Amino acid sequence: MTAVTANANSLSWYEASARQRIDALVDAGSFAEFIGPELREISPHLAIFDLPEQFDDGIVIGRGRLDGAPVLVAAQEGRFMGGAFGEVHGAKLTGLLRAARALEQDVLILFDTGGVRLQEANAGELAIAEIMRAVIEARRAGVNVIGLIGGRAGCYGGGSLIAGTCSRLIVSEQGRLSVSGPEVIETNKGIEEFDSRDRALVWRTMGGKHRYLIGGADTFVDDEALAFREAAINALKAGRRCDVTVLEAEQTRLERRLQRFGAAEDAVEIWERLGIDQPTEIPGLPTGAFLRAAANRENADDAR
Amino acid sequence: MEKLSFRLTAARSAGGTRAQAIVGVVASGNLEVLLERSHPADTCTIDIATAAHGFGAVWDAVVRDFVARRSAGGLRISINDGGARPDTVALRLAQGIRKIEEPER
Repeated sequence: MTAVTANANSLSWYEASARQRIDALVDAGSFAEFIGPELREISPHLAIFDLPEQFDDGIVIGRGRLDGAPVLVAAQEGRFMGGAFGEVHGAKLTGLLRAARALEQDVLILFDTGGVRLQEANAGELAIAEIMRAVIEARRAGVNVIGLIGGRAGCYGGGSLIAGTCSRLIVSEQGRLSVSGPEVIETNKGIEEFDSRDRALVWRTMGGKHRYLIGGADTFVDDEALAFREAAINALKAGRRCDVTVLEAEQTRLERRLQRFGAAEDAVEIWERLGIDQPTEIPGLPTGAFLRAAANRENADDAR
Repeated sequence: MEKLSFRLTAARSAGGTRAQAIVGVVASGNLEVLLERSHPADTCTIDIATAAHGFGAVWDAVVRDFVARRSAGGLRISINDGGARPDTVALRLAQGIRKIEEPER
């Protein structure tokens, strides 16, 4: 067996492409792609709308090694159609998760998505449902499914639902996780409810720091590929259960959280109630100081 | 989408041993370039699907310049274009050549 090495160069997770993220995440040279671009498994729907296609339909799947251990990996390309799920894109992830269950190999999902692709919405919605089922079935069989969130498209819509079924979530400050995106909320509820152009509001409501503080993510890391790699290695060490006891405990936790913070008008109020000394300073804190300030955060459990 | 195809004679064949390489992403002002080693060493084909219609003459100039300057022989090049500028196209093509020539790990 060859020595385990990572690609040591500094790489911003946020700026990187799906393929660069995979290369930086798994052991150097260990990645082998399934259904690569040369097979041209493109969307059957985009041509109808005269829209550009991408040879991998915006998702790269395959196998690799993480610190020597075999893992299956999927990475969404957030710059192609906002990383959105279509028929082929979704089927590739469903297939990978079913393989994970059959092979009993852990899975890393590198989310970077606005949700379902509007041009193939029915196929996309079905894909989300199939993927969530496949995640749960894999977890029930003892497989870890780790979500990594830190891309430019964030993790929205159906992608956020899938993230909710993962065994662990790793997030950076740049990562955003929410069912409805800023523009969707503003369109439906008005600018007084949510001003999507207020970047500070978007990040303190949906961003990685807030998600970590309220137990919506398990691990908070710098926007750095090596930090995501280290966090993924650690996440795989924690064996995770997925049974009715875990889900009931999570339900209790979420009810308690709603009671505790449900009346808050803004994330800063929630941070105050968490006992953070200077809650308005949270967005500006570097990672180390933030993690110290977050000592009394809501814990994320096996489900969320 | 407008589809364009070029079949050019290349003076130099692509180096390295990789069977294929892919660079770029399909987004506004960007493109993906898939390179596959599947032609005789003196031939390069380039197939383009582009969202920007009516720029055939510009593509013709860019791909001829590319094949004249770089070692592109033997390559089947496929492009999905989201309306990239000619300079971006030229850089992506050069990046693709560099990628397929990288030593295999």
